[in-house]
Amino acid sequence: MIDMQDVYKTYPNGIVAASGINVHIDAGEFLYVVGPSGAGKSTFIKMMYREVKPSKGSIIINGVDLAKLKNSKVPLLRRNIGVVFQDFKLLNTLSVYENVAFAMEVIEESPQYIKKRVMETLELVGLKHKARALPTELSGGEQQRVAIARSIVNAPKVVIADEPTGNLDPDTSWEIMNIFEEINMRGTTIVMATHNKEIVNTIKHRVIAIENGRIARDEMKGEYGYES
Amino acid sequence: MKARTFRRHVRESFKSLGRNGWMTFASVSAVTVTLLLVGVFFVIMMNLNKVATTIEEDVEIRVHVDVAANDKDKEVLQQQINRVSGIKSVTYSPKEKELENLIESLGEEGEAFQLFEQDNPLNDVYVVKTKNPTDTMKVAQQIEKLNYVATVKYGQGKVEQLFNFIKISRNVGLVLIIGLLFTAMFLISNTIKITIMARKREIEIMRLVGATNGFIRWPFFLEGLWLGILGAVVPIAVVSAAYFYAYDFLNAKLKDHFIKLLEFNPFVYQLSAILIIMGAAIGIWGSLMSVRKFLKV
Repeated sequence: MIDMQDVYKTYPNGIVAASGINVHIDAGEFLYVVGPSGAGKSTFIKMMYREVKPSKGSIIINGVDLAKLKNSKVPLLRRNIGVVFQDFKLLNTLSVYENVAFAMEVIEESPQYIKKRVMETLELVGLKHKARALPTELSGGEQQRVAIARSIVNAPKVVIADEPTGNLDPDTSWEIMNIFEEINMRGTTIVMATHNKEIVNTIKHRVIAIENGRIARDEMKGEYGYES
Repeated sequence: MKARTFRRHVRESFKSLGRNGWMTFASVSAVTVTLLLVGVFFVIMMNLNKVATTIEEDVEIRVHVDVAANDKDKEVLQQQINRVSGIKSVTYSPKEKELENLIESLGEEGEAFQLFEQDNPLNDVYVVKTKNPTDTMKVAQQIEKLNYVATVKYGQGKVEQLFNFIKISRNVGLVLIIGLLFTAMFLISNTIKITIMARKREIEIMRLVGATNGFIRWPFFLEGLWLGILGAVVPIAVVSAAYFYAYDFLNAKLKDHFIKLLEFNPFVYQLSAILIIMGAAIGIWGSLMSVRKFLKV
């Protein structure tokens, strides 16, 4: 599913964010990426949706090598990968429905199918009744649910989440995790960078710890392993 | 691209104008102000050009034929004049006609000259017009060298000054219009750039969900087009209305000088088309230039 081999990333300013990363992630896995700030977690995540191009090595997702992928093909890759961020990245001028539908309009789906699919997805994240609301009228947890709905509306095989609970209170964080669990149960691979010790230690999944751009730990049903 | 996607882009571009209300207002205002300046300047320049052309076309060379020339000599002279390059027309005006014109032009005082009808001291004249008025001096010099030419008159000295003045005015006008256009483009593209900077996030999200650069560009392209066209509306209305009144007013004043302004129709329609095209081009250019920055993967 996802295969990283000897991946290196050095930024133009000389910072080494990845230094010989080797990871294999199977389809349907749920993976936490943990580590101290500045250890290279974000780069690891960003390389997966080709926001950052590796300096060396190969990253193969669904049979496509991201290191060799032409810039013009990046949009096609992203249609098969859902991405969720700490700051939600919603368009505040669009309604909840429009924010989610947007990801489908991009791939030119038919309006009828968009409507059906968006409503289904909003139901899955429990926001069907707020379809017409603007993001600014929602709580943080609700906004993150909209972002999750947008990331899965095109039924991607992989969802990548960068600190999805970073801005949320503990109760809401659990709600969000339940949604990710649900998505994972349906067969979607989830890669989640997180600082939330409690979540990692409670909902047990594979844990990869990144330190100084290297994989320091890779454990099935692992622990967070740092003081939060 | 599917037709419904295009419809989506059109719909989105209009919605976006509304959503970004103040930014739209700022961009449209920038286009309006600059096109208004361009429009006013254009009207002035085109009319000055028309006046200059009218004056230029009035310039003629009067070739006075030597009294010693007989009919055959005159015929040969006319043929020789015709052969000079750059000649548009040669009209023969016998001395009787010249005297008649003189008497007529002097009005009552001219009556005194009627005495000369028996013994006309004037010369026969060839009135020569050049294809290009600025060639007048050159052509006159060549004609001067021909046999049986007594004198050549074309308003020596004054014509050179006039042509020089017209040439300088045209060049200055051209430079000013080009300068104004560059200022307009700079001003408008900067305004649009600011509006798009504010929408960096929108573009970032579009890219994140897998929109191709083309898909992202389209609504911005259309938005630039609408901004440009909207910005052209007020200048067209103002310049047309002003020209409508100025045309009547100035034409009445200039009637005695044989100078006419450009006809309201079709000039104003041509000007409107130019302003719309300019607005649209600047709007599209500004928005595409600004969006380009954010599309680098």
